[in-house]
Amino acid sequence: MAEVLVVVEAAPGSAGAAPAVKKVTFEMLTLARGLGEPSAVVLGAPGGAAAIADKLGEYGAAKVYVAESDDVDGYLVAPKAEVVAGLIGQVSPAAVLLAGTQEGKEIAGRVAVKLDNGVLADVSALAADGAATQVVFAGSTVVTSKVSKGIPLATVKPNSVTPQPAPAAAEQVAVDVAVSDVAKKVRVLERVAEQKGSRPELTEASIVVSGGRGVGSAENFKLIEELADTLGAAVGASRAATDSGFYPHAFQVGQTGKSVSPQLYIACGISGAIQHRAGMQTSKTIVAINKDDEAPIFELADYGVVGDLFKVVPQAAEEIRKRNG
Amino acid sequence: MKIVVLVKQVPDSGEERTLRADDKTVDRDAATKRMNELDEHAIEEALKLAEANGGEVTLLTMGPGDATDTIRKALSMGPDKAVHVSDDALHGSCAIATSKVLAAALGKLEWDLVLCGAESTDGGVQALPHMLAERLGVGAVTGARKVTVEGATVTVERQTDEGYEVLQTEGPAIVSVWDTINEPRYPSFKLIMAAKKKPVESFALADLGVSADEVGLANATSQVLEFAPKPPRQAGVKITDEGEGGAKLVEYLASEKFV
Ligand SMILES: Cc1cc2nc3c(=O)[nH]c(=O)nc-3n(C[C@H](O)[C@H](O)[C@H](O)COP(=O)(O)OP(=O)(O)OC[C@H]3O[C@@H](n4cnc5c(N)ncnc54)[C@H](O)[C@@H]3O)c2cc1C
Ligand SMILES: Nc1ncnc2c1ncn2[C@@H]1O[C@H](COP(=O)(O)O)[C@@H](O)[C@H]1O
Repeated sequence: MAEVLVVVEAAPGSAGAAPAVKKVTFEMLTLARGLGEPSAVVLGAPGGAAAIADKLGEYGAAKVYVAESDDVDGYLVAPKAEVVAGLIGQVSPAAVLLAGTQEGKEIAGRVAVKLDNGVLADVSALAADGAATQVVFAGSTVVTSKVSKGIPLATVKPNSVTPQPAPAAAEQVAVDVAVSDVAKKVRVLERVAEQKGSRPELTEASIVVSGGRGVGSAENFKLIEELADTLGAAVGASRAATDSGFYPHAFQVGQTGKSVSPQLYIACGISGAIQHRAGMQTSKTIVAINKDDEAPIFELADYGVVGDLFKVVPQAAEEIRKRNG
Repeated sequence: MKIVVLVKQVPDSGEERTLRADDKTVDRDAATKRMNELDEHAIEEALKLAEANGGEVTLLTMGPGDATDTIRKALSMGPDKAVHVSDDALHGSCAIATSKVLAAALGKLEWDLVLCGAESTDGGVQALPHMLAERLGVGAVTGARKVTVEGATVTVERQTDEGYEVLQTEGPAIVSVWDTINEPRYPSFKLIMAAKKKPVESFALADLGVSADEVGLANATSQVLEFAPKPPRQAGVKITDEGEGGAKLVEYLASEKFV
């Protein structure tokens, strides 16, 4: 069976700990199985791959290419693109998948230029014949497209696929890494991890509670956090809320922020602009709390409460606490 | 310091957009045309750098004839001049071809720094800066929320899922920015009037040494096979809070097994 390369996306492990494989990697491995036999490609500092190979095997990686060197880790994406392009030359895969994240898209773009190969961004499905599904224009249009020059090379939009385990050998194969000087132009001086607290990762949470301009202040965001904590949820925010400094930018949901697709999304004081909907409308269940009966968010809400969030949100949190005992 | 800012005219991301029924390319007339929002932030940053270090800001756009609207609007923020790559053969070009054309145009210009938006809102692939860097053999530092330039050294801070990272390169370099980097200025009346007289140079493909069979829909490296509107979500139950809204909401959440 033809090989499908899946470029692993993982967060660097802090202080010698194993890298944390991101959910989108398991989604890609799941998707890749429909096209051939997945091979994971691990790019990074020495020592990371051994710690995650088993986990990649659980989701179907027959092989794990280990391309590790301080040069791969110490410079921005260009070395990674060189390794991936080289590997494509060596193994002639049936397709190559990367994460639809900033890094994945950047590597894909460079590989596409190196190999003069088409590239598809943010695909949510990929058929055996290479036909890809993309949801574009803030979720309003479904497009089927295909790479017409070269092999299918695609970045996969996180939260598009449900990861399914399918144990495979995860045989580790060392890849020779020789990074050219031109790929060493941008040095990574520092990677700073910020304290996250105990809430789940926004893009991977099964419940997200988001606040918008209606929340009114950073102080008031405590109400959103309290409701989130009763549900074990992550906290999100609209751009109006992050721009106003109510909540950090890293938590912005939408076109220029994170795309989330949880089981439950609760929008509090968010009007539902197209750009916000772009990042949350594939959520399974949507709840909206807004004092404006006409707010567009109600058009997509499974359950809407027209009311003042300062009354509704604390009451809901209190009620959940009561039920939880 | 010479700075080139890449700007793109896109259909407004706040309106309904679609593809053209005839050739399945972006329907550029379906929504109000405007400058890609992130590019305004790139212009703002370029102007600030030029103000601080001395220098000149040139806009570069590839787009149809009516992209001149966006060019004039962009010039009214303060840049000195613009270059417009326009050629009928470009219609339907893929990202790879776009990067080829823009790289050729950048080859004709003098610059220390290229600034652009981190992504375009009309099906952008968030890859153009790295594609250009790959072609031009320079560094690309992307997704900046902060840029500092000291001599030839360019330092960028960018947000990551885990926190942030600090990246550094020696110019010439390409830097792309997110909206968190600055607040774009509003053009003054005086600048709007001045923009009408600023030089806009036009390049056709032949001027760039790019051949028509390397670009356009017929030579695109990826292709849209079909498209359809996504059925909108159906609105469900809506209640009005009369004192019990929070409790009722929890009843609903419980009935759906979230509580
Ligand atoms: C290029 C571009 C990209 C963008 N990307 C994003 C993005 O990634 N994410 C994003 O979110 N936006 C994005 N936006 C911005 C988007 O267009 C909207 O401006 C933004 O989503 C509005 O946020 P909001 O709903 O919180 O604020 P508003 O639209 O101001 O809505 C606030 C809502 O709160 C309600 N409210 C007020 N007080 C209360 C109360 N006490 N109780 C209950 N309800 C109350 C109001 O009725 C109103 O509906 C983008 C815009 C552009 C141009
Ligand atoms: N046709 C174009 N002309 C000029 N600049 C462009 C063009 N396409 C993309 N860009 C620039 O590249 C950035 C990233 O675009 P993209 O990679 O398409 O998401 C945009 O914000 C623009 O600054």
